[in-house]
Amino acid sequence: MITRRELLKTAAATGLLAGTGGLAMPALAKGATIKLGYVSPQTGPLAAFAEADKFIIDGFLAATKAAGLDYQVVVKDSQSNPNRAAEVAKQLIVDDEVSLMLVASTPETTNPVTTTCEAEEVPCISTVAPWQPWFIGQQGNPADPASWKPFKSAFHFFWGLEDVIAVYTNMWAQVETNKKVGGLFPNDGDGNAWGDKVVGFPPVLDKGGYTLNDPGRYQNLTDDFSAQINAFKSANCEIITGVMIPPDFTTFWNQAQQQGFKPKVASIGKAILFPQAVEALGKTGNNLSSEVWWTPSHPFKSSLTGDSSAQLAEGFTKATGRPWTQPIGFVHALFELAADVMKRADAGDNAAVINAIAATKLDTIVGPIAWNGANLPPFAAKNVAKTPLVGGQWRLKDGGGYDLVITENKTAPNIPTGGKMEAIA
Amino acid sequence: MMWLDTIVQGILLGGLYALFAAGLSLVFGIMRLVNLAHGDLIVLAAFLILVLVTALGLNPFVAALVAMPAMFALGFALQYLVLNRTLGPDILPPLLVTFGLSIVIQNALLERFSADSRRVSAGALETASLQFGPINIGTMPLLTFLSAIAVIIGLNLVFYRTSLGRAFRATSDDRVTAGLMGIRPDRIFAIATGLAMVVVTIAALYLGTRANFDPTIGPARLIYAFEAVIIGGLGSFWGTLAGGIIIGVAQTAGASINPEWQILAGHIAFLLVLLARPRGLFPRAVD
Repeated sequence: MITRRELLKTAAATGLLAGTGGLAMPALAKGATIKLGYVSPQTGPLAAFAEADKFIIDGFLAATKAAGLDYQVVVKDSQSNPNRAAEVAKQLIVDDEVSLMLVASTPETTNPVTTTCEAEEVPCISTVAPWQPWFIGQQGNPADPASWKPFKSAFHFFWGLEDVIAVYTNMWAQVETNKKVGGLFPNDGDGNAWGDKVVGFPPVLDKGGYTLNDPGRYQNLTDDFSAQINAFKSANCEIITGVMIPPDFTTFWNQAQQQGFKPKVASIGKAILFPQAVEALGKTGNNLSSEVWWTPSHPFKSSLTGDSSAQLAEGFTKATGRPWTQPIGFVHALFELAADVMKRADAGDNAAVINAIAATKLDTIVGPIAWNGANLPPFAAKNVAKTPLVGGQWRLKDGGGYDLVITENKTAPNIPTGGKMEAIA
Repeated sequence: MMWLDTIVQGILLGGLYALFAAGLSLVFGIMRLVNLAHGDLIVLAAFLILVLVTALGLNPFVAALVAMPAMFALGFALQYLVLNRTLGPDILPPLLVTFGLSIVIQNALLERFSADSRRVSAGALETASLQFGPINIGTMPLLTFLSAIAVIIGLNLVFYRTSLGRAFRATSDDRVTAGLMGIRPDRIFAIATGLAMVVVTIAALYLGTRANFDPTIGPARLIYAFEAVIIGGLGSFWGTLAGGIIIGVAQTAGASINPEWQILAGHIAFLLVLLARPRGLFPRAVD
């Protein structure tokens, strides 16, 4: 494991090298190729997040070429591994000398890349990770809010833990239950944040009149969940929530069915994000619920191509034969932002690019984005922009396969719902 | 009642661990070879089953039957061509070679299948269960446990009731003398590893249907298998089953107190058994 400090040290050392290299280099002429670096987990356990990368980047290059712009996107694979992510970020900065770094999908990839960029003062836009693990996870002392410092060159757009908690509780309010909730929080970054007694689910659930039964943090890749199932059964939990990796949710859900434990609502983060993961559950995935960040029915359109959400999703399905997934919209928005920022700043002038990002006001396919600190605590106001979050349920289609239907939009009423919450049969 | 359920679930989990461990126990019992690539071979077999299921549309159980002879051949060739050359008075070469083999298998699988996590679907069987009074027993975990028992009975029959088993035991006891009696130890060893790969295929079937797997998940599964073999006593198949059950029950019991203790409780049980009986519960051979 590389600690954050070691990473900063080596990053700073290579930064010096890169700095001297930059001195000898001629200033980039206007109209020359603009180089963007992009890091995402294309292989490894998180590979599903990056499934649409090629489609999005091809579309971005076609759209910018049509507009007479000359872009080059250097794509690197983080292999779902934080150490690898930091290494490729360094390569992009030192060897490829990219003007703007883009990074997406889960703190395991976004954080090491952002940290590297911050040390090198290379502008960086990040997305697809709740903002708390992104912002707090990169602080020197995550436990001490007083020591948290904003970043100079790193920016992030996504929703936060407070949004997912609001969406989940709003979804549960639609279904008649005994308000007894079972929590499945693993011993990892996400699990500890969701289950945290201060910033996580427990305080909000207390206030809403829910009783949370949290048996404790389990290890990822557990082979047996009978202890949790027994605890939920004896506490008579009708709602299940948590943030699980797909193999563990598969093990848990199968075992729960075998043990005759059938909650009315199961709202799970991470594990059931992708249709493939829900299909792996067979017929038992019906009416599982999850937070929804983007769907083809979101009423936004691309600033790059003018396509609506539905057209973007349709284009992806046509090009790949695969069902749409939520990261598509966000990865597309990431490239929308890149095009918009580079229009307003000279490539190679890092300070100008950073200022251009901070001044962004763009209506993207995932909603309006501006780093204006709206709905955010002061410490995160400079570096984080929030996008709307709603809730949805997976519904079994007649011919097999699943549809994600938006069932809860109190937090973002401009996004239409496609139905009401239903209890799991 | 909850304690009863905890123990029953633990025993069923122990069946899975015993299944992971049986092949390891077999290979170690006959040729004192610690196969560090065992977990990766299970994952390799799981991918083979996955390919058969997706490409030919076979039922996973049928696919495992088809995969068995292929895995037997692979094990035979592996032992005959590679591992036999490493066997000798020094225990280090086989360890190093199987360690290297583990890395080779992981990377070959990564190259071929990428690091995506996969699952073999067993249809409605996945969530089916049988009710015994207040306790629900999942059909798949039960099948896993019964398969583990069947594998161990089968291995014991081969070992103690057939001429092949006699050759296994003779070679294991004294390789040179067995050779003088007309047994070819390298062939016997190759057959043993082939047999171990058949067991590995059965373990892979249950690994692949229980939860998702990816090319690098093997070593994580190897730890419990090792512990089961060592608790049970090297070379004893029933001991391996007992070892698996001890770890499984320790894990579910630990988890019922607090899920944070689940994995730890298994390891503590392992250490306690070693403290009380350093050679395991039922050691077969005296060495």
